[in-house]
Amino acid sequence: MALLNISGLHLAVDGRELLSGIQLSLQAGQVLGLVGESGSGKSMTAMSVLGLLPAGARRSGAIDLGGRDLLRCSERELCAIRGSEIGMVFQEPMTALNPLLRIDEQVAEVVRTHRRVSRREALMLAHATLERVGLPASRVGHDRYPHTLSGGQRQRVAIAMAIVLKPKLLIADEPTTALDVSTQARILELLRELVRENACGLLLVSHDLGVIAEIADEVAVMERGRIVEHGTVAQVLRHPQHPYTQALLANSRPQPVPAPSAAGTGAPLLEVNHVVCEYPAHERTLFRPPPAVRAVDGVSLRIDPGERVGLVGESGCGKSTLLRAILGLESLRGGTIRVAGEGYAGGDTASLQKIRRQIQIVFQDPHGSLNPRWRVADVVGEPFHLWRGPGAPSADERRRRIASVLERVGLSAADGERFPHEFSGGQRQRIAIARALVCEPRLLVLDEAVSALDVSIRAQILELLSTLSRELGLAYLFVSHDIQVVRAVTDRLYVMQRGRVVESGHSADVLAHPRHDYTASLVAASPDLDLALARRFPQSAKIPVAVAS
Amino acid sequence: MSQPSRALALGGLSSGVFVALALLSLLWTPYDPTQISIIERLQPIGAQHWLGTDQLGRDVLSMLMRGAATSLGVAVAAVVLGAVPGIALGLFAAARRGWIDEIVMRGNDVVFAFPALLVAILLTTAFGPGALNAILAIGLFNIPVFARVTRAGALRLWPREYVLAARVAGKDSLRISLEHILPNLGGALMVQATTQFALAIVAESALAYLGLGTQAPLPSWGRMLADAQTLTALAPGLAIYPGLAVVLSVLGLNWLGNGLRDLLDPRLARGV
Repeated sequence: MALLNISGLHLAVDGRELLSGIQLSLQAGQVLGLVGESGSGKSMTAMSVLGLLPAGARRSGAIDLGGRDLLRCSERELCAIRGSEIGMVFQEPMTALNPLLRIDEQVAEVVRTHRRVSRREALMLAHATLERVGLPASRVGHDRYPHTLSGGQRQRVAIAMAIVLKPKLLIADEPTTALDVSTQARILELLRELVRENACGLLLVSHDLGVIAEIADEVAVMERGRIVEHGTVAQVLRHPQHPYTQALLANSRPQPVPAPSAAGTGAPLLEVNHVVCEYPAHERTLFRPPPAVRAVDGVSLRIDPGERVGLVGESGCGKSTLLRAILGLESLRGGTIRVAGEGYAGGDTASLQKIRRQIQIVFQDPHGSLNPRWRVADVVGEPFHLWRGPGAPSADERRRRIASVLERVGLSAADGERFPHEFSGGQRQRIAIARALVCEPRLLVLDEAVSALDVSIRAQILELLSTLSRELGLAYLFVSHDIQVVRAVTDRLYVMQRGRVVESGHSADVLAHPRHDYTASLVAASPDLDLALARRFPQSAKIPVAVAS
Repeated sequence: MSQPSRALALGGLSSGVFVALALLSLLWTPYDPTQISIIERLQPIGAQHWLGTDQLGRDVLSMLMRGAATSLGVAVAAVVLGAVPGIALGLFAAARRGWIDEIVMRGNDVVFAFPALLVAILLTTAFGPGALNAILAIGLFNIPVFARVTRAGALRLWPREYVLAARVAGKDSLRISLEHILPNLGGALMVQATTQFALAIVAESALAYLGLGTQAPLPSWGRMLADAQTLTALAPGLAIYPGLAVVLSVLGLNWLGNGLRDLLDPRLARGV
């Protein structure tokens, strides 16, 4: 008998139907992946199981866990079930942990909520569980506070809290999305081991088919509150039946974009030579200046006109500081940066303004990068500030250019009168790109610009970027943690680790034959749909195509 | 009706009534609020005097109306006096950080360290009682309140990517403060301003009650309360009406503040 059986689940919030006719089952010792794009209802499905839904939610159907219908349980019964029979791991480990509690106390708290045990016994169980999730007391003190841990360590604490009472069912909602690739790989491995060890079921919610291919046994694909396809991972990912699954799979494999013909000719557009950036460490001393942390340590890189260059590395490797230095927002401790032959180490404002017209940036989060109180036309027109004095475009000319750049990125001139919150994430990213393009730069810095987007939107934005690169001869500096995307859309690549460039070369070569250990580990840890399928299901290609329900 | 618009309607209505009565009192009141008539002293509510008369025979309604003008005038001036330098200091401290920030914030702490009403009493005793000194005393204590709220909000906004984008567009910190930071703090500052406005009304009444605010013969709610003190058994209305006026105006302003915040935020506005 299945451990978890969801049948005919409908969910409406304030009269709006969010889930309809969800049919799922999960066996003990198995991992069920729930995939879909944002708004498809996958998190709502997981939250329905826990009974943690927004006010005004109406559910019908049945959610059977070990013979009990969770929809018929009172809030009191559900409280007893949550934590003891169902463990939950959230996406953002920082906000999921109480910053005022030591990590062993956080775990012990779960135990004491559900079991009548002494504080000492609870702490002993907590320590054992922390050891089990890869936080040995010898390396990570169990009396530490969450803010002193890394993202991966925090997620391990969150997992320890979820499994400490050996629940029958574990729910993980995007548990690795906020983590670096190598940390992600280790966390996924840990989850997989725990499922096997405790013979529990894992409901894994993810937008990333690569993650699903790595660890799930079965997969359910959701679109607009419905499950459109359900089957084993090998079946669904090798032979998708539903058009939506097919599109999702196609978009998850970024298509290589051919290099524009103009690439790599002429004098370099951007030259970064031995740049060093430091910032003061947080600790304060009364008389001595605070010790400096070297975020960028002698980095050199070069971008030619029209060239598409990738920059990869994990969080904290100095990518962001380097970008800020390139944009003239960070003072240099050493080295030079030259744009089209002109340097700006001195911080001379006039030359900085001129240089910035040639470099613009698109940020990761399309929600945070647009001022919510400005109309889109004002947002897009902001870089016109770089043109002051003689030669600045007139108001009419600006309006015309804002309209034309909005159309170029696939919006309409009339959209300029609306506010950012009236647009979807993908459209907002188009607005951000329009803002970057309005002063006709020659280099576009894309700081994780497609990381926060759904795969279908990501495909559209990558398509737009490649069109722009072809038509305008734009050069890109494409900063990303996503090896697959970087492989597809860049010509050359720099790999950064701890403030230094450890490897560079042609993207395809570097990623196919990494010379540096760090690059090799990044490539190995990066979830790759096809590699994972080939490794886990070597012969399943011969399995006859089964039509999933 | 949704929650924000209900608060806005109620707050707007009661604040509107007070403002209208205050403005009207400058042009017309049923009787001259300073006219003493011993024959008509302590009249009850009636057709002649809608809210009766006080111990000197002055018309209570007329006094309340003119008192509203005094209270609102002092409060507006005190809030403006506190908000303008306070917001500027807060924006400046957040934009510059470092030792400038330290100086501004420690200066605020010094002002905060004194009990506000006590210092207001001290100032008005030192420089003489009167509406102008009351404004200065109340306004001074509004500066650090606005500076703190502004700085805290601005520090949250500075790392935002749209601020970074503005820096990439070559804007300096003054421009970014005015174009990006201040408008996004508008909601919080609006609520703070209405709260301070309400507190200023209370403070003005308190100073007047102690005889340190607006001086006779100009009517004020605080002094009406003080005068009614000895007559509560005889004519409780004399204390109740100005007390109610203070409570209702403060309540209305708080509602108005919450309503305005939601109205001014384009993310919360519906059907625009």
